[in-house]
Amino acid sequence: MDETGSAPSPALHRGPGIGPLFLGFLTLGITGFGGVLPLARRMLVQRRQWLTADEFTELLGLCQFLPGGNIINMSVAVGMRFRGWRGALACVCGLILVPTAVVVGLGVLYSRFATNPYLAHAFAGLAAAAAGLLTSLALRTLAPLRRSPVALVIVLVTVVAIAVARLPLVPVMIGLAVLSIWLRPLDRPERAAASPSSPAARP
Amino acid sequence: VTALLSLAWVFLPLSLVAFGGGNTVLPDIQRQTVLVHHWTTAQQFTEMFALAQAAPGPNLMIVPLIGWHVAGLGGLVVTSLAKFGPSSVLAAAGVVVWERYKDRPWRRRVQAGVVPVTAGLVAASAVTITVATLAGPMTLWLSVPVVMVVALLATGTRVHPLLLLGGGALVGLLGYVL
Repeated sequence: MDETGSAPSPALHRGPGIGPLFLGFLTLGITGFGGVLPLARRMLVQRRQWLTADEFTELLGLCQFLPGGNIINMSVAVGMRFRGWRGALACVCGLILVPTAVVVGLGVLYSRFATNPYLAHAFAGLAAAAAGLLTSLALRTLAPLRRSPVALVIVLVTVVAIAVARLPLVPVMIGLAVLSIWLRPLDRPERAAASPSSPAARP
Repeated sequence: VTALLSLAWVFLPLSLVAFGGGNTVLPDIQRQTVLVHHWTTAQQFTEMFALAQAAPGPNLMIVPLIGWHVAGLGGLVVTSLAKFGPSSVLAAAGVVVWERYKDRPWRRRVQAGVVPVTAGLVAASAVTITVATLAGPMTLWLSVPVVMVVALLATGTRVHPLLLLGGGALVGLLGYVL
């Protein structure tokens, strides 16, 4: 294997190669039903020990701060850390390869049998359950905000703008994010869900 | 080719604003797919979303599925690149600059400020998908309880999501057969 590596900035200590990175995330993509993140932690920290628990938490914080799925960003970050952009590419491809094949297979089945009334109703039931899962995710996301009134107002405005008025996402999101950041000091800082124990929030 | 371009045009920008994960952009994907481009009906969209949730791997596998549905293999490739490409490039750049700004107070304030918007967008996803579900072929006497029971079980217990999806499908089927 080549050792050019194009090291970005962090140290290439005990780093796994491109092949193991690809295989690790391939496995993760196959096994991760309904929420890959807990599994990712188990693989990266416990089983393969590519990251310490602290490194994992720090990278996760970065991934949550960036746009895109957390687990996708995590795979990019891990690949980048050990093997530069080639590593990142290997990790992302490994992660999405099997799920993409599976989802296309399901889609083919769906389009072939969607007119069958039995399957149509089974699909409708599946969809209702998926809506329930999403509702649960929304409730869990909202839970840490329940005691900060400003945040709840932002939540409400967001829901109305996106789900009721069906306004385009990009302008709504930018506008409300700026508003929310500007209004942040009105809520007590310790309620800030994403950043625990930060006494430094005084710009 | 026009279809591929519109797919790219829809999903490229969304990749860059999907703060807080894919579910935050789901309502806009639905709006563009159903209301703007008429690639699917609202019911079809919800069922494709459910299928994608039943697949392993990351969230929002509905995006490549839409690409496949609209334009076959080309659509699949274009939507995959559009969805995963820009945010991944940004993530890669983020890793490099991360160390430098880790402890700046403005970063924490921005992060905390984005949280309510993210939560609102996830809630909007739940509303959009639930409303579309209730308009589907299932009777409300079944679909409303399924949504509620699944939401409660997924919030309060550790039942596997795949089990809940399977249970929902079973209820839908039995509701038709019986």
